[in-house]
Amino acid sequence: MIIRPVFAELVEEAEKRGCPLSEIILEREEREHAVPRRELWDKMRDYWQTMSQAVMEGVQAGKKSLSGLIGDEAFQLKKYAESGSALGGRTTTLAAARAMGVGTVSVSMGKIVAAPTAGSCGILPAVLLTAAEQTGAGEDRIIGGLFTAAGIGRIIDDTVSTSGASAGCQAECGAASCMAAAAAVEIAGGTPAQAAHAGAIALKSILGLVCDPVAGLVEIPCIKRNAMGAANALLAADMAMAGIESRIPIDEVIGAMKEIGDLMPGSLRETAQAGLANTPTARAIERQIFGTE
Amino acid sequence: MTGKSVFEIIGPAMIGPSSSHTAGALRIGRAAGLVLAEKPVRAEVVLYGSFAKTYRGHGTDRALAAGLLGMNTDDDRIKEALAAAAREGLDIVFKTEPSGAVHPNTAAIALTGVSGRSVFVEGSSVGGGNVVITRVNQFMVNIRGVYPTLLVEHRDRPGVIGRVTTVLGQRGINIASMNVARKQKGADNLMVIETDEPVTEDVQIQVAAAPEVIQIIRLNSF
Repeated sequence: MIIRPVFAELVEEAEKRGCPLSEIILEREEREHAVPRRELWDKMRDYWQTMSQAVMEGVQAGKKSLSGLIGDEAFQLKKYAESGSALGGRTTTLAAARAMGVGTVSVSMGKIVAAPTAGSCGILPAVLLTAAEQTGAGEDRIIGGLFTAAGIGRIIDDTVSTSGASAGCQAECGAASCMAAAAAVEIAGGTPAQAAHAGAIALKSILGLVCDPVAGLVEIPCIKRNAMGAANALLAADMAMAGIESRIPIDEVIGAMKEIGDLMPGSLRETAQAGLANTPTARAIERQIFGTE
Repeated sequence: MTGKSVFEIIGPAMIGPSSSHTAGALRIGRAAGLVLAEKPVRAEVVLYGSFAKTYRGHGTDRALAAGLLGMNTDDDRIKEALAAAAREGLDIVFKTEPSGAVHPNTAAIALTGVSGRSVFVEGSSVGGGNVVITRVNQFMVNIRGVYPTLLVEHRDRPGVIGRVTTVLGQRGINIASMNVARKQKGADNLMVIETDEPVTEDVQIQVAAAPEVIQIIRLNSF
């Protein structure tokens, strides 16, 4: 496996200059695309407004997906989180509910921001909003976090892909969870190196996850995988800020993701031929939605 | 470096449920509408691979219709776009071809306008709402729509490329990349020019004044 230390170089530069990763990523974007910083920042802020609106809307009651398979799960979990009895604590449970909620907005043909895809769109807004609330960080820190997240996502996309059809769910919910973990560390005031460890830890836990959606729709198990991706990101961020390091550097974890993606059979890459999509219950649901096909 | 933007990772703002099957599909439809550049009245859409199998549950058909009508990926009207198409006199037929495409998420669109003129556009949705237009009429192309793109169909004569690029230069339009494709020697060629600035209609008219130019298509954003 040949690994280029692309992310390690960003971390090194940020550590050397004593600035957050988002600063390095913003500067690079300005330089490579000749777009003024203000414009980049405003565009990301617009995206954040759409994202946070989807978070608010997603946990409301009365939702229904195109197929009717997904409805009020996010609302149910939010209510439960607020009851105070969640075993995982209010913060993590609420983040999971929010991630499902944004996913639910998407499958009801509502407005979201692909991050990196629509199938994984709940993880980043849920984690970033929750991390900001938990640490008292303002909107600017969240937007910075989005640049950091996008910077990692770009490396994943360059090296592997961010499409379930190419590399499985690890490339969608896995990438999103990795991006969110690193961004959460930055929002919480952790170091660039900790952000890289958080990203690596989050991604390692989702490596190999296949894309096997029931009836080929971005609903089952995608919505709940958004919840898991959010909880996974928060835990990875906490581990990194507790001083735990990923023994495998993030660039190598991304390399492993590529190798696994290349080895993954087509039947488990968004084609609904195997895995959960091929279970008797899934096939019955499929017949119910599409008729006798 | 592939020169990707962070906004290809976060973004687009879009109507769900699928960046590849909804937003990407819309952009292919939108590109076809721009290639036609007149009011469309009939579309024959062939869906390949995963598009063919799952298009109804992903709203791929609604998204393609929305794109043909010129909507953006975040337009609240996408959900009702099939009805909107019918209302606007656009007749759309969907056909499915579950296997046989190069990329799993591919759509081929034969689009006819109100004047009776037809165009053909084929494109693939490659993830995250990103697309590659692979064919425009008889030409094989590779257009990602990240930059404003100008397609110039022209006779294969010496000096044409110079004349076209000189006009762009004089009008302050910088070329980011350029590719020339032809079917065979002496046959008609296609210049695919990606620019930093959008090409306006008067620049298009000025380029079209060159006698060798047959047709110009502007794809400023799709």
